[in-house]
Amino acid sequence: MSSNQKTTLWFLLVALLLVTIGFAQSWSVSLGIMNLCLISAIMALGVNIQWGYAGLINVGVMGFSALGGISAVLISQKPVTAAWQAGWGNLLLAAVFSTITITIVVLCYRKLAASRQRNILMTVVTIAGLFLARYFFDPAVVSIESVDSAKTGYLGGANLPILVSWVIGGFVAGGIAWLVGKVALGLRADYLAIATLGISEIILAVLKNEDWLTRGVKNVTGLPRPVPYEINLQSSDWFINLMQWWHSNNLIELTVLEKQTALKQFVIEGSSIFVKLCYTGLFATVLIIILFLSVKALNSPWGRMMRAIRDNEVAASAMGKDVTARHLQVFILGSAIIGVAGAMLITLDGQFTPTSFRPIRYTFLIWVMVIVGGSGNNMGAVLGSFLIWIAWIEAEPLGVWLMEFGTSGMDQNNWLKLHLIENAQHMRLFFMGFVLLLVMRFSPGGILPEVIRKR
Amino acid sequence: MDALVDLTNAVILLLNFVIVPSLAYGSQLALGALGITLIYGILRFANFAHGDTMAFGTMITILMTWWLQSKGISFGFLPTALLALPVGIFATIIMLIFTDKVVYKHYRRRKDPSVTLMIASIGVMFMMNGIIRFVIGPNEQRFADGERFILKARAFKEWSGLNEGLTIKTSQALTVVIAIMFVVGVFWFLQKTRSGKAMRAYSDNEDLALLSGVNPEKVVLITWIIVATLATVAGTLYGLDKSFKPFTYLSMLLPMFAAAIVGGVGNPIGAIVGGYVIAFSEVTLTYAYKKVFVYLLPSSLEPDGLLQLLSTDYKHAVSFIILVLVLLFKPTGILKGKIL
Repeated sequence: MSSNQKTTLWFLLVALLLVTIGFAQSWSVSLGIMNLCLISAIMALGVNIQWGYAGLINVGVMGFSALGGISAVLISQKPVTAAWQAGWGNLLLAAVFSTITITIVVLCYRKLAASRQRNILMTVVTIAGLFLARYFFDPAVVSIESVDSAKTGYLGGANLPILVSWVIGGFVAGGIAWLVGKVALGLRADYLAIATLGISEIILAVLKNEDWLTRGVKNVTGLPRPVPYEINLQSSDWFINLMQWWHSNNLIELTVLEKQTALKQFVIEGSSIFVKLCYTGLFATVLIIILFLSVKALNSPWGRMMRAIRDNEVAASAMGKDVTARHLQVFILGSAIIGVAGAMLITLDGQFTPTSFRPIRYTFLIWVMVIVGGSGNNMGAVLGSFLIWIAWIEAEPLGVWLMEFGTSGMDQNNWLKLHLIENAQHMRLFFMGFVLLLVMRFSPGGILPEVIRKR
Repeated sequence: MDALVDLTNAVILLLNFVIVPSLAYGSQLALGALGITLIYGILRFANFAHGDTMAFGTMITILMTWWLQSKGISFGFLPTALLALPVGIFATIIMLIFTDKVVYKHYRRRKDPSVTLMIASIGVMFMMNGIIRFVIGPNEQRFADGERFILKARAFKEWSGLNEGLTIKTSQALTVVIAIMFVVGVFWFLQKTRSGKAMRAYSDNEDLALLSGVNPEKVVLITWIIVATLATVAGTLYGLDKSFKPFTYLSMLLPMFAAAIVGGVGNPIGAIVGGYVIAFSEVTLTYAYKKVFVYLLPSSLEPDGLLQLLSTDYKHAVSFIILVLVLLFKPTGILKGKIL
């Protein structure tokens, strides 16, 4: 079986799974899973570009997707004029002093020879700069956060369409990745993993605590949507007509009164499915564009150079390839893609809640997708995200069902039975680890391993 | 005389809010970091499952404690968990040896790069996390009993006549004492016994150790036993001091890595030093010094701000920042360790 046939078969299986969920549960659930599969697939492509192409470990996926998420907020929300007026002067001064401090410290580090005096000077400048910046920054924060703190209490955003943030989110994540990569990419694999994990936690700590910018744990809700709202659809004539036409076979034999109630039900169900389908269309478009570019890049001379660097850094640099620059480049590209996916995720959720970003779900699960699907193979990463996300969601009802089935002989109020059913949902973590270890052990390249074309 | 009283008050204030809590937290971190460093030194990979290993050991200890409590057994003024600790340690040892046999051994035998082992440890982390949440649930559990305080603030105030009180929790004192006991035990083992010397030799130069007849599988086995013991002890002490919640243990992973790396990975003494460095920086950088300076300075110079370098929300972030800075500027750590 050629690798193309294998890929097709696996994707047919995914389609079959989604259709089964559609019939067994509901189409709304199925589409909801599908949408998150698409977003996860984009994140997985980002990780795959870093790990699969270039062998860089980025365990900071959570941080970069959160950066994309905050971009969605800062692009789409209305600016809070009162807060800007209250705080802009002090904020500007604080920014100026921080920039000056950082410039001086960087200059000291670059220009002066390594010595104890230099280190002391750098420490003194840092602390002085911190106090000076804080002197202006703290009042600015207080004044911004006190502006109608129950509703806003932050600077607000740029009031642009939220779709713009999908691009901006990529740029923000890529920009931070440039900073991170500039300093951290010299580290060896394990260190890079721990450093990126730490950096992603720092990013989250900032997003949680800098209320003046992000509203912090007070969350930003009610982000505008790029697609219609269900409630508007339900009252538009064209949509009701569409539903009438779609369900005409079901409606034909009913009386007028029955017809009205049935149609109303169809319109309500249909509107939720329609909205999800709109998202699916948007996400699928982005995924296809990114996938197309990734495949092109992998099969280009650039992709072969990346693989050469991954497989033997020393040889690649002996051939005149600039390993550091290429690493930085691929790190920025991958993180930017993760940022795009993060902005899309927050657009879908319609709210930004920094506390919902947990490393298990946003970093390690994406890694499971890439490893299980097949690192180095873009289709593999996409397949992995679909399979793993379906499993992640469906493990919950399936686990509960299994436990109920397994304990069916027990008494209704048996504590063990109740405990098993209550905690069955947590077994999905166990299952994910199990799948990861199985694939690593028996099919180290993943389900769809990397394809190396021989010339 | 007044100046002396003020000075004492300031010192007590620092003791109560900075030094005692950091000492306890530092000891817990040090025990955890020692485990990470030993795994890195012998098995040569960064173990992402370490936080969950701690949680697993603690969970077994808690279950045993509840069983003992239900039988009416207690440990006087000490927490019952100490009686249950050996069972927790034993279960964790079995668990770790099992994971080694079914997961890590395969990659070790194939001499796979350490990254592969690290990713495998992520799989183990997922599985352990699942088991823990399945058995004990994701919620907070309290299992501390016995006398809660050795020294209460009010008793101290009455005894000393000072404005500031000093509180020492039993769990804090126990943490420091038990941590010292285990650290001394581990160092004695590493320095004095044949197996310990074999471990150090293996960590230092694998090929040379193999040539000298060191049995690698035995070294690995002993490492897992020590790691399981340290992890369970650290986890239980942390749980007694604060409370047990599976998610907290997962987020302890980074401060522990930070401690191990700051001290110098692969260097046991470094892990201890790193643990205290991380704990003290977390607390000292986020403590508001206003009250201390109110005591120390004449009232005309009284500070109006809180005199806090970073807001308390950034407590954990401090350890990550130190981690990143050390990784960038001094990857061998304070005491010379290996470079990962």
